[in-house]
Amino acid sequence: MPRMSSATAVLLGLLSAGPPICLSAQALRVPYTTFTLPNGLQVILHEDHSVPVVAVNTWYHVGSSDERPGRTGFAHLFEHIMFMGSEHVPTGEFDRLLEAVGADNNGSTTEDRTNYYEDGPANALPLMLYLDSDRLGFLLPEITTDKVDLQRGVVQNERRQSYENRPYGLAEENILDRLYPPAHPYHWPVIGSMKDLQAATLEDVRRFFQSYYTPNNSTIAIAGDISPGDARTLVQRYFGDIARGPAVIRMPPPPVHVTADIDAVLEDRVQLPRVYDAWHTVKAFADDDAALDVVANVLAGGRSSRLYRRLVYDLQIATDVVAFQDGTRIDGKFEIFATARPGHQLGELQRVIDEELRKLADGGPTAREVERAQNTFEAQFLSRMERVGGFGGKADQLNFYNYFVGTPDYFQKDLDRYGRVRAADVQRAVKTYLTGAHRVVLSVVPQGKPELGVKP
Amino acid sequence: MSPIRGAAAIVLAVLASARLSAQVDRSKPPTLPPPPALKLPAIQTATLPNGLTLAVVEMHKVPVVDVQVLVDAGAARDPGDLPGLATFTALMLQQGAGTRGALDVADEAAFLGAQLNTTAALDGAVASLHVPRRRLEAALDLLADVVLRPAFPDSEVARQRELRGAQLVQQRDEPVAMANVAFPAIVYGAGHPYGHPLNGTDAATAALTRDRVAGFYRAYYRPNASRILIVGDITLAQARALLAARFGAWEQGDVPGLAAGSAPTPAARAVYLIDKPGAAQSVIRIGHVGPARSTPDWYALEVLNTILGGAFTSRLNQNLRETHGYTYGAFSQFAARRLAGAFVALASVVTAKTDSSLVEFLKELRRIRDEPVPDAELAKAKAYVSLGLPGEFETTGGAGARFREVLSYGLPLDYYDRYIERIGAVTAADVQRVARQYIDPDHFDIVVVGDKAQIEAGIRALNEGPIVYRDLWGLEIK
Repeated sequence: MPRMSSATAVLLGLLSAGPPICLSAQALRVPYTTFTLPNGLQVILHEDHSVPVVAVNTWYHVGSSDERPGRTGFAHLFEHIMFMGSEHVPTGEFDRLLEAVGADNNGSTTEDRTNYYEDGPANALPLMLYLDSDRLGFLLPEITTDKVDLQRGVVQNERRQSYENRPYGLAEENILDRLYPPAHPYHWPVIGSMKDLQAATLEDVRRFFQSYYTPNNSTIAIAGDISPGDARTLVQRYFGDIARGPAVIRMPPPPVHVTADIDAVLEDRVQLPRVYDAWHTVKAFADDDAALDVVANVLAGGRSSRLYRRLVYDLQIATDVVAFQDGTRIDGKFEIFATARPGHQLGELQRVIDEELRKLADGGPTAREVERAQNTFEAQFLSRMERVGGFGGKADQLNFYNYFVGTPDYFQKDLDRYGRVRAADVQRAVKTYLTGAHRVVLSVVPQGKPELGVKP
Repeated sequence: MSPIRGAAAIVLAVLASARLSAQVDRSKPPTLPPPPALKLPAIQTATLPNGLTLAVVEMHKVPVVDVQVLVDAGAARDPGDLPGLATFTALMLQQGAGTRGALDVADEAAFLGAQLNTTAALDGAVASLHVPRRRLEAALDLLADVVLRPAFPDSEVARQRELRGAQLVQQRDEPVAMANVAFPAIVYGAGHPYGHPLNGTDAATAALTRDRVAGFYRAYYRPNASRILIVGDITLAQARALLAARFGAWEQGDVPGLAAGSAPTPAARAVYLIDKPGAAQSVIRIGHVGPARSTPDWYALEVLNTILGGAFTSRLNQNLRETHGYTYGAFSQFAARRLAGAFVALASVVTAKTDSSLVEFLKELRRIRDEPVPDAELAKAKAYVSLGLPGEFETTGGAGARFREVLSYGLPLDYYDRYIERIGAVTAADVQRVARQYIDPDHFDIVVVGDKAQIEAGIRALNEGPIVYRDLWGLEIK
């Protein structure tokens, strides 16, 4: 959930799916230095002087998976509250001060983390750090019930705009609800429920802030046209005296057992029915995570993929088909969805999907299919090296790798995971996680027409 | 600073103060060093004997290249009986070209790690390629096939026609897409080059044939009406050699100028209501025909729009989102177009606050005309526009988008070198003058896609003009 705009799908695509292979002699490198303040704040610095801009990217290691029962959506609501002013920065000034020096900012929340960035001209770095440190060190005195109420309204409108008023927008929460048991932290969507958003209080804000918004639960990546020495001095000046908070203790998540196929039907304001298949798989960077990304690419990565060819091109029974492995920090899932053309049944689509899964499980992919996926990922990876800021820029990726694998410059190693995938790995992944496993099958159908769903 | 705090908050304030550093002055934001000098990549051009202009922007940080073939074959060229032909023709370029079938084109692009897209907007079509440098040559072979040798097989025309028909069915679910179709239809009317839907109608889609596509292609896809913009890890000499070998034999043709259709005389303000039963939000579009991109007032309009609705702290967003919480975001825009583009203010608002949102929209749209902009607000907007500019040129895609604007609208090649100076010269009087000239509340078309049963009475009570019912195409309901 970004604070502005509606590009939620982008986040998923940029950070969890995507990377490539090492074919070129030129290794991908993002040289960095790192240090940790006595209060536990870790800082990652990366110089890139190609353009006179600087990117400050802060990760708080808290997301919707840390929410407690009855407060779904709170991590994201809190992200919005972080822009409502702090002790020395009156409400509205955070954005105004940044725009007045030519800088942009935004924030976003996922299951696993909350991030905030400021991008702007290189001279704006002191202002960015001043503002970020003030809301880390001095937020609570300024947060009132009125401000919580206001951002509650904004977030509820975000839910309306991006989920309720968007066709098929409620599919994902219906899948999570069935794929993960109630006690699992991925059981609910990041945006949360209207009811829980309505229930959030000022006391929740205080407790959440004190538990998770601490220097020791945060990492700042600063990338761009910087002098590392100056940047370090500035970070020490603005963040050095903010007190360490309590350690964050998380219970291991309960195991996920999808022990039988689960069929569900959701009626929505849609013209055309759509079927979603969802399987429980592996978390990001686990052994088969990269192979599952290749599976998704072979099945539905563009118009030359197997499912597109069958469903959309040859049979012309679907308007679209999408597949992705979504490996996140503590777990993962694989999804396929396809939308029926007018006059066609979801059962027809599901039969073809199952045929193609079976073929891939029996015969594996061709060498060209694997290489094509690797080349596609590699190109995406290169393009993500172009930008220091924003969601998915180098600063954000340094934070991502740092949190997920403990090494900020993991770019080439990540790429190498895809270069190592062989046809046999793809075949085994299909058998292990898809054809050999149970799944959730969700049919989204026009209102009043549950009979259009896939028949179990 | 908020003067009112609960007891709990006061306790916390004391705790927080204990953390306050002795060395840091937090009482005011830090004074910044001067902003860095603008350092934009240069654009270089060359022309092939067949009239094709090449423009190259060298960026060597990452070994990728972004290529855009800009063709004067936009949807403004759609024939009156076949709206959607330009976008369909662009789509069809990829559905079989040279010796490759439709799926082979897609397979080859993916194998090269190339993003290959062919699309059309109102003012032009673009065939674009984004590819790692070391696969550029093979990818350009593919791009040349797509642009110069599309086959338009009957079978593929039929296939894409059917697919588009299904997508138009899906459009009925998407209130934002509905508003984006209805608004230009209402503002421009059907006779204007910008008044019809980019992706056509149900009837026009059914009437698409190979002959019409091939005819449109022959008329407009010509080198003398095209430009190729290359941004990335390449030099002008390399680009010229690669492109001359592939695009040098592209045949010239007479491409007629774009007829400047006339928009209808603006009618008095009215609310055009498009019913979307059960909608959780109302999608609002408020505006009318505005100026062309070539207007010398563009700099003042950029500043005006940044104050009004172009940034997060702009008035519309501050009011409708940050003060009232009616929406996730409210914005405005002067569309950059070759002919007169539209001015539009927009948001998706919670259904129950549709009328209140219209009140706030109209209040801000009147205020920007009636009152001079305060100095601090003007300075912030000018700084945001000009100091943020270097970041726009950081990536090959970003620089490509900016230089495409230069080429497409006939701006001087050094346009961005002088841009900051021009923005700096805009005064509060300029902003008020262009607000009064280009924003005309008396003639607003207010388009609302929402649940009529819930919102109609509230809108009517505003007394801001008659309510007119329209269908999802923005047309009169017969």
